[in-house]
Amino acid sequence: MALLNDLVNMNLSDRTEKIIAEYVWVGGSGMDMRSKARTISKPVSSPSELPKWNYDGSSTGQAPGEDSEVILYPQAIFKDPFRGGNNILVMCDCYTPQGEPIPTNKRNNAAKIFSHPNVVAEEPWFGIEQEYTLLQKDVNWPLGWPVGGFPGPQGPYYCAVGADKAFGRDIVDAHYKACLYAGINISGINGEVMPGQWEFQVGPSVGIEAGDQMWIARYILERITEIAGVVLSFDPKPIPGDWNGAGAHTNYSTKSMREEGGYEVIKKAIGKLEKRHKEHIAAYGEGNERRLTGRHETADINTFKWGVADRGASIRVGRDTEKEGKGYFEDRRPASNMDPYVVTSMITETTLLL
Amino acid sequence: MALLNDLLNLNLSDHTEKIIAEYIWIGGSGMDMRSKARTISKPVSCPSELPKWNYDGSSTGQAPGEDSEVILYPQAIFKDPFRGGNNILVMCDCYTPQGEPIPTNKRYNAAKIFSNPEVAAEEPWYGIEQEYTLLQKDVNWPLGWPVGGFPGPQGPYYCAAGADKAFGRDIVDAHYKACLYAGINISGINGEVMPGQWEFQVGPSVGIAAGDQLWVSRYILERITEKAGVVLSFDPKPIMGDWNGAGAHTNYSTKSMREEGGYEVIKKAIEKLGLRHKEHIAAYGEGNERRLTGRHETADINTFKWGVANRGASIRVGRDTEKEGKGYFEDRRPASNMDPYVVTSMIAETTLLLK
Repeated sequence: MALLNDLVNMNLSDRTEKIIAEYVWVGGSGMDMRSKARTISKPVSSPSELPKWNYDGSSTGQAPGEDSEVILYPQAIFKDPFRGGNNILVMCDCYTPQGEPIPTNKRNNAAKIFSHPNVVAEEPWFGIEQEYTLLQKDVNWPLGWPVGGFPGPQGPYYCAVGADKAFGRDIVDAHYKACLYAGINISGINGEVMPGQWEFQVGPSVGIEAGDQMWIARYILERITEIAGVVLSFDPKPIPGDWNGAGAHTNYSTKSMREEGGYEVIKKAIGKLEKRHKEHIAAYGEGNERRLTGRHETADINTFKWGVADRGASIRVGRDTEKEGKGYFEDRRPASNMDPYVVTSMITETTLLL
Repeated sequence: MALLNDLLNLNLSDHTEKIIAEYIWIGGSGMDMRSKARTISKPVSCPSELPKWNYDGSSTGQAPGEDSEVILYPQAIFKDPFRGGNNILVMCDCYTPQGEPIPTNKRYNAAKIFSNPEVAAEEPWYGIEQEYTLLQKDVNWPLGWPVGGFPGPQGPYYCAAGADKAFGRDIVDAHYKACLYAGINISGINGEVMPGQWEFQVGPSVGIAAGDQLWVSRYILERITEKAGVVLSFDPKPIMGDWNGAGAHTNYSTKSMREEGGYEVIKKAIEKLGLRHKEHIAAYGEGNERRLTGRHETADINTFKWGVANRGASIRVGRDTEKEGKGYFEDRRPASNMDPYVVTSMIAETTLLLK
């Protein structure tokens, strides 16, 4: 066994019952992902079988040095595509030693909303379209772009193929399979309008799962870009000028919307979202004002409008939904750096609880 | 699994019934290929089992922003040579939400022609010889050529071997196997007269399958050149001067041509093509006037002539066909950037449906 790869790919199940669990959490900025691993004595099938853990919150801006322990509560388990075997990834959220969610823990509040009986009865489904940009290491300039210059203007790159049009496909394709392996409900991928930008979609997921799956999908993506030597950016407008931004369009439906007469329910829901446009925008990601300009397939940040098949609207309803009188709608406002726990629970709260 | 390759090569069939379907379509220029993937709950065996999909036509010049959805209808399935397992490539064509083919959808009309009973009865076979040029990335100069200069004149390169004569064979060979894996009826490959130019042939395919298979083989080729970091060009005359252009010679036969007395049927068909030379030329690819000069194994674009074993003709009939009194003929006019749906259906229409 001379190569590093032989060791990294060793199948431990032949030799021991022990498994490795990678505990994953969201750090102090609300976007930085952190993780560390521990050995568990034998395979587990649910988060409740895993021990709570803790980490140094003073190193992630989440606790003071003299009282630094932040407690990790395991919430969701996925197969580890990097370690294989029975090894797992564990999505966690963060609490004080007294059991209170720390301020950056957005999952706790989302879980409360999703367990409200009115919400549970409506079985909210989410499909999130995560856009992201790949950057060349050290220069932080988009992958495939000439350093110090720009590629030809947008047009040829959306869903394109070819060495002069698609940059980084190996990362995207590796991520697709890794997520399927892990048990993430990844529903598709495509190359985006700006060269070096890509999108994957996770869903339909019910309630709190949407957030858990999206965060782990992001973690897997950053582990893969790390392997590839490429930098991952969730900035909503990575390059100013005539270049598309990056969003996280969130598709949403409830039981009533999916049944006969659903289109009316959808229109009422959109009406409620309109009344809280400012509050939603404030929670839909930092820097979104650089992206929501009214150009590049966005609606202006101060405008709320909806339309069928209209990619320049805040909310888009698909032609299928209009035709069948039921279905779902797409909130196009969230930025790529949104917190899926916040966005999914807020849409639910506004449309079902208020 | 430390390497990207380990993840790319994951065999998902061990872990899930789900498959990945890559939907492929032709974009607004009529030559740009586009694709995106979706997860399907379990393996499928035919296109009708796949859902219709849609894409943002405003990003491909095929729809306005305020009414941007273009619908994808799955038409043909192939095994995905990149993802392996039960994953598939799906050739699609494009419609408005109301069900009308959009203007760049050339397959729709071709399918109509091929399902005409008179055409179906004659079982039209096609063998398409797709030529293409490989270019170095960023400089867009042919692969193997010195940047800022030229290689030695044509002569040594056709079907050649050697580091100074054949440039990019790995791409060509990978493409050959990938297409066979995918289920494409690829019949051969060869190095071309211009260095850095290659050819592959797809066929014999019946009717609409010729177009489906050629488009997916082009897609597979561009995915492979993408991996190799090389740019793919279907320009019919990539380098001006004493360098061959790139064509898509289309070999054609009908049942009657393949049977006793077929040679007479062939001559009649060629005559009909001669009467519609201008119409065909107009549909045989943009920029073809730079290629069809009467030199470099082409016939002049304004001239229609045919001949046995004549590579300077518009239509060439092989010596075998002449000798046996039946067979097929080769339309040498189409450019490498032709749309196979258009060319194949137009040849069928002119020779079988127009009197």
